Parts: sequence; structure tokens; C-alpha cells
Amino acid sequence: MAKTDFGPPDYRTMIPPVIANNYGKWSYHEIPQPGVLKHVSETGAVLYSVRIASARLISTDWIKELCDIAEKYCDGYLRFTTRHNVEFLVSDEQQLQPLLADLKGRGYLVGGTGNAISNVVHTQGWIHCHTPATDASGLVKSMMDELHGYFTTMKLPARVRLAVACCVNMCGACHCSDIAIVGIHRTIPRINHEGVAKACEIPSVIAACPTGAIRPNPKLKSVEVIKEKCMFCGNCYTMCPSMEIADPINDGVSIWVGGKVSNARTAPKFSRLAIPFLPNNPPRWPEVTDAVKHLVEVYAKNARAGERMGEWIDRIGWERFFKLTDIPFTEKHIDDFTFAPTTFRSTSQFRL
Amino acid sequence: MAQSKTPMLDDLEKGAWPSFITEMKKAAAKKANSQDLLDQLELSYKDKTGYWKHGGIVGVKGYGGGVIGRYSAKPEEFPNVKEFHTVRVNMVPGFFYTTKALRSLCETWDKFGSGLTNMHGSTGDIILLGTTTENLQPCFDELSEKGWDLGGSGGGLRTPSGCVGMARCEFACIDSMDFIQEVTRHFQNEIHRPAWPYKFKIKCSACANDCAAATARSDFAVIGTWRDSLKIDQDAVREYVKGGFDIQQLVVGKCPTKALEFDSAKQELKFDAENCVRCMNCIDMMPKAVKTGKDRGAAILIGGKAPVVKSAFIGWVLVPFMKVDAPYTEIFDLVSRITEYFDEHAKPRERIGELIYRIGMGNFLKGIGLTPQPQMVSAPRANPYIFWQEEEVVKHG
Ligand code: HEM
Ligand code: HEM
Ligand code: SF4
Ligand code: SF4
Ligand code: SF4
Ligand code: SF4
Repeated sequence: MAKTDFGPPDYRTMIPPVIANNYGKWSYHEIPQPGVLKHVSETGAVLYSVRIASARLISTDWIKELCDIAEKYCDGYLRFTTRHNVEFLVSDEQQLQPLLADLKGRGYLVGGTGNAISNVVHTQGWIHCHTPATDASGLVKSMMDELHGYFTTMKLPARVRLAVACCVNMCGACHCSDIAIVGIHRTIPRINHEGVAKACEIPSVIAACPTGAIRPNPKLKSVEVIKEKCMFCGNCYTMCPSMEIADPINDGVSIWVGGKVSNARTAPKFSRLAIPFLPNNPPRWPEVTDAVKHLVEVYAKNARAGERMGEWIDRIGWERFFKLTDIPFTEKHIDDFTFAPTTFRSTSQFRL
Repeated sequence: MAQSKTPMLDDLEKGAWPSFITEMKKAAAKKANSQDLLDQLELSYKDKTGYWKHGGIVGVKGYGGGVIGRYSAKPEEFPNVKEFHTVRVNMVPGFFYTTKALRSLCETWDKFGSGLTNMHGSTGDIILLGTTTENLQPCFDELSEKGWDLGGSGGGLRTPSGCVGMARCEFACIDSMDFIQEVTRHFQNEIHRPAWPYKFKIKCSACANDCAAATARSDFAVIGTWRDSLKIDQDAVREYVKGGFDIQQLVVGKCPTKALEFDSAKQELKFDAENCVRCMNCIDMMPKAVKTGKDRGAAILIGGKAPVVKSAFIGWVLVPFMKVDAPYTEIFDLVSRITEYFDEHAKPRERIGELIYRIGMGNFLKGIGLTPQPQMVSAPRANPYIFWQEEEVVKHG
């Protein structure tokens, strides 16, 4: 029988000697050019990390290509980042320029450092999940084809983190991103009563609903959904394929802005609703890519140096944010869920 | 020339950003299931809807989690993705790999799976995307032989993950990679045999920049910090200023507690240590001149999660400061106390943050044996409805 419960491979066997020898001794870093980090150790040792974009959904063929490159320039060491970038770890400075030239020759995008748009954290979407309201990979590809100029440069006021979740479950927790694109369903599950009666375990279906919106329908040996309680999460479909949540006509995406996770300067913040609904228009989602591009541009033009999107909005106020971006403010923007009252204004201090 | 079967997806091969469609086509050239995946995706693009369903638990011997069962909703049209399960594999802490390790992983996945992967999913695991029920066991057997273990799924601990920390970052206050490795090894059973009401995530960032987004997306977030004073090298400060760096705007003006002042006569950065909230901004901006303190450890925040059910939460301060040094006995003990309490008190599909929200932070602290601290709140309560307990008041007669 196979060995079990031994956990991850030991990181000590996976790091290059320059890291093993300078572990915990790094003194400072510089970004000599976009996509290149230079870390200098107390011992004087230097490590260059060269960051490239990845599609996140990748083939073993591409990984083998990455391995070829790492073996040629980096003694066979590389790493991935939490934002799905790949980093080549160069300990021999002589190899840096040849590596960069090689990457350029292959058409790879080097960047994602400093005040840039780094790679987009995202989820599975139509490629592999059962509750998506949109596709994640296609949205990311479409947006970044427009925005890659911000990946390969560092000209924004601060870093901008984009994330895409294909439904409100938000795998990848994109609720604290500068700009988050979240797929939304807008109609309750359509029940195929015959299917439910035949194939679904009714108590499990009822238990699967986070808001208690499902109750039994003993007459049909099925269930029904209390419309007012459903928040369109799709969890019931997980339990029972006869409760279809996807609705090609009404599914689409929403856009949320101003979140951050870092504690630098200001506390971590949630992203807040900017645009409640845009239609799914594959393969390129032009409405969404335009909206995101517009948000980045308005931010870049108006924010001060060092201000994250949420910090900029805090300074100018949401009322001016909606004015500057020309996004209509609707009743959808006013919270009516768990923490709604904490978002209502209780002062006469606001901008007119 | 034959007409392409995937005209919509083909469009996503154009443009500068790396194309996932190109990657899928590379896999499809070798694997029938990847070809069907591509064709099913084209249909999704055309119909604007997904075609996957859940159905039946799948797994490997000895494990209760680590595999996500996935079935095509159109098995007649796309028979090769009738079963297309995800295998979650423990990544190396810090996501470092030798090419030898990656090649060996690819070899196994080419043999048993689709040849497609997310290096990595958003929790951290290596996501091997797409294999059949039949192939799961042999695939795992070979992975295990080569030293790759499974990650988690279901109501249990997820593979902990963290930032790169001391391996390559001068800001690291704790050894995030080592901690993640050890906590993952220590709680193997809780990862592999899900038995809790719902998922539980541990993430660690070695400083308050929180590159692992631990506070936002883990139930138990470990954030490196220090409790003595940060260190300023005034000569290095002068170097920055001489180089035209706007210290007033980018450092002094951004300090959240006004703990910094620039004395332009002396060309010195004055610092009110008691008032520093260790936000990292001055260090981020002038890494050569300002360094973290030396008495290092971590703050623990509890309850971070994505929206379902009660809205998204960003973690709440639970332990303002604790030492996090190998062998991590104290922090493992804290994790055990919390997860045991979680196991006992949470309802099905209730995350720990939601449990705390339901029963009250005070009760939770009592339950796990921690004392209240002012660092835990942004302000004390404003409402007078205090739940006094019987043992706190004088009994009549
Ligand atoms: C109630 C909330 C959630 C539900 C019901 C849910 C459900 C799912 C399901 C069904 C999948 C499988 C997709 C596939 O076929 O590969 C999945 C994938 C995944 N989820 Fe979640 N999820 C939730 C929240 C989260 C959160 C908050 C995170 C991370 C912080 C997360 C991390 C992941 C990861 C890493 C994957 C694997 C692949 C990927 O990165 O796309 N999930 N989730
Ligand atoms: C090489 C050492 C690194 C340094 C010096 C560094 C520096 C920083 C700084 C200064 C911030 C705070 C940004 C702010 O002002 O809000 C930050 C945030 C962040 N970094 Fe790093 N970083 C490093 C490595 C990484 C790596 C390897 C990743 C993973 C790809 C990463 C991902 C992030 C993320 C996700 C954030 C949070 C951004 C947010 O607030 O949403 N960092 N980092
Ligand atoms: S965000 Fe929703 S649709 Fe996307 S992978 Fe997660 S659960 Fe599935
Ligand atoms: S979609 Fe979600 S909220 Fe609506 S009935 Fe199903 S499980 Fe309940
Ligand atoms: S969280 Fe801090 S220590 Fe960890 S990589 Fe980010 S900046 Fe460095
Ligand atoms: S770490 Fe933050 S709070 Fe402390 S002095 Fe620097 S900027 Fe101010």
C-alpha cells in the first residue's frame, strides 16, 4: 500500500544554494527593472528573481519548457508566486541578461513587480466548476490583453491587485482586491421535480442551503425554494443536479473596488460594489474589459503617489468616486445584508 | 483547411497575455480528455453556461479528502470528460521547486491525467485538473512513491500556505515557510480525514504586508511582527533624502499614527516608538534605512473567510503577540484548542468566524481559554445590553 500522511516535500530540498546560505539574512531588495527583483544579503550575496506571467491553467509541456529555461540559467531552480506568476531564481549575475533575452524571444511577459498590475488571482469557471456564473480564465485573458502594459511597467500610483471569482462563493477570496470581478447568478434554481424525486437526497439538499431557503414539497417528493431567501449561491446544485442555478440569459458579472489585504498604512479593506451587473459576452467580455480599464485609468489619473485604490477612494469619498468614474449609483449599492447598518452614513460630513 | 471546432476559444489565443487556450491545445494534442475539455468549453462559451456537475464522492484509499469529484453534464457528447476529477497535491511551502521535482510530477500527470494543471489553486495546493475514477488510485500511488502527498477538501483543514518569508524577503519576522511545513505535517490527519463541520484554513505571512492574504482568506492567520522598536539607520535616511526621495509625502505623511517626524535641520527621522502600530509602510518605502524590530513573533487573527454565509469577514485579532519559533508547541496547541472548539460547537457549513459571530467573541475566548485584550477591538461596546452571568452577581436569599 502507498505511503500516506507524510506532507509536503521538504522545502530545504527545493531551494537554490544561494537561498539556503542566506536564509533569514536578506538585507534589502531593489527592482532594477520591471519584473526583476534584486535581493542583497548581509553576506553580500545577490539573488535575482525574474518574474513572468502565466496563464494559471497550464500544460505539462509548458512546465517542461520552464524547466528547460531554469536548467539553462538558474541551475534548475524556480518558484511560483501566490498570484500565479513564475519566478526564475538567478544566482549568477552573468545569466541575467541572457535569460531576459531568451524570455523576450519566447514572447513571455516579464513584470508584475512594484506599482504594477500583477497576475490575476482567479478560479475555475466554466473550465471545471459546477456553479460558475461566468468563466474566469477567459475574463482574465481578455482583461490582461488590454492591461498587460501595466504588468510590464511600474507606472501606477501603487500596486493594483485584480481578482476574478466565477461565483459568489469566491474561491480565492477576491473580496479584498483593488478590483474584483465576481460572477453572479440572479435567478433562483430551476427545479426539475421529477429529477429531485428520483435522484436527490432531500435532507442533504435542504441542509446545503446556507440561508435556509429550501423546504420540502412532500406532494411532489421534491423541494421548493423560498424566493425571498435565496441569494443565488448554487450550493444546492452541488447536492442535486436537478436544481439548476446557471441561467445563460441572466448570469453575468459584477465589479467591486478598493479592497486590499496589506496592513501597510491603512487596515485591510473589503472591495465594495462599483458595478452591479454586466452581461456575459464571451469570448472577450468587451463590457467588462472596458469597465476595468476605465477604473484603472481614472485611478491612475487621480490617485496620489503611493495610494492604493481604496486609499484614494477613502481620501476623495465614495460620492466623488461615482462622479469621477461616471458609474451610476443605485439601490443595489446600498447594503441590505448582515452588516448593512455599519455602512450607512451618520454624519453631515460629505461632499456635495 | 478543416474548419476549427473551437472558433470562440481560438480568439483567446490572440493577444499578448499568455493564453490558457494555447495551453489546453497543447494538452489536447496528446490527451483525448483535454480535447473533450476544450470542446465542452467551446460549447460553454457558445451557450454561456457551465457543463459540470458534482455527484458521488471519489477518493483514494486511506484518505477522506484531497480529490474533487467532477463529472461532465454532457457525457454523451464529451465521453472523455465523463469523469474529470481534480487531485489536490501538497505544494512545496513557498512554491519553490527543483526542475527535477517538477519533471517528475509532470511525468506522473502525463501518465494518469489530462496533462493540465493550475500551479497552484488559490488555497495553495497544486491542482492537477482532470482524471478518471479508475486512475485515481494508481496516480496517487505513484505520486506518493515520489514524495507527493494529497491536500485537503471537505470539512477539514486545508493545506496551510504562506509567503516566501525568510527564503527571500528582508521583511520576514518569522520563518513562514518552516512554520507552514511543520504545521502541515503536524495536522496531517485533520487535512486528510475531514471530520469537522466545515473547512478550516491556516495561512501565514511573515510581516504585516501579508503577501499571502492570510487575514482576508484564512480562518487562522499568522502575521509576523515585533514588540520592541523598529530600527532606524539615520545615515541611510540621509542617503534617501539626498537622492531626492520625498520622505515627507511618502513616509512621514503616510504613517497611520503620526509616529514619524522628519527633522530637516538635523536631517533625521524622529520616531515615537510607543505609537508605532507596525504597519510596515516606512520599512516598505525605505528598506535600507528602516528595519523591523528584533524581538519578533506574530499576531494571530481569527475568522477570515469568503462571503458564504454571513458575508465575507476579514480576520479579527485573537492574540496580539506570540512567539512563533520551532518546534511551534505553543501555536500548535492554540490551533488544537480552537479546532476542537470549532468541531464541537459549529453547525454544519459554519466557518469559525460565523460561529464566533453567533455565540459572541467573549464566549469563544472563554471556550478556548484566552483572556480579553484591548487590542482585540477597535472600540469597546457602545450598547448597554451586557449579558451578566449568574456567577458574576450576588445571589438573593
Ligand atoms: C462556501 C464557499 C465555497 C464553496 C462552496 C467552494 C466550492 C468549490 C468547488 C466546488 C470547487 C471545485 C472547482 C473545481 O472543480 O476545480 C472549488 C475550488 C477551489 N476552491 Fe472553493 N469554494 C468556496 C470557497 C473557497 C474559498 C474562500 C477559497 C480560498 C480562499 C477556496 C479555494 C478553492 C480552491 C483553491 C479551489 C481549487 C481550484 C482553484 O483555485 O480554482 N474556495 N471550490
Ligand atoms: C520579495 C519580497 C517581497 C517584498 C519586498 C514585497 C513587498 C510588498 C509590499 C511592500 C507590500 C505592501 C503593498 C502595499 O503597500 O499595500 C506587499 C503586498 C503584497 N505582496 Fe509582496 N513583496 C514581496 C514578495 C511577494 C511575493 C513573492 C508575492 C507573491 C506573488 C507577493 C504578493 C503580494 C501580495 C498579494 C500583496 C498584497 C497586496 C494587497 O494588498 O492586495 N509579494 N508586498
Ligand atoms: S468561485 Fe464559485 S464557480 Fe468559481 S470555482 Fe469557486 S465555487 Fe466554483
Ligand atoms: S442557490 Fe443557494 S441560497 Fe438559493 S436555494 Fe440554492 S443553496 Fe439556497
Ligand atoms: S508578507 Fe512580508 S515577509 Fe512575507 S513576503 Fe510579503 S513582505 Fe515579505
Ligand atoms: S511601521 Fe507604520 S506605524 Fe510604525 S512608524 Fe512606520 S509607518 Fe508609522
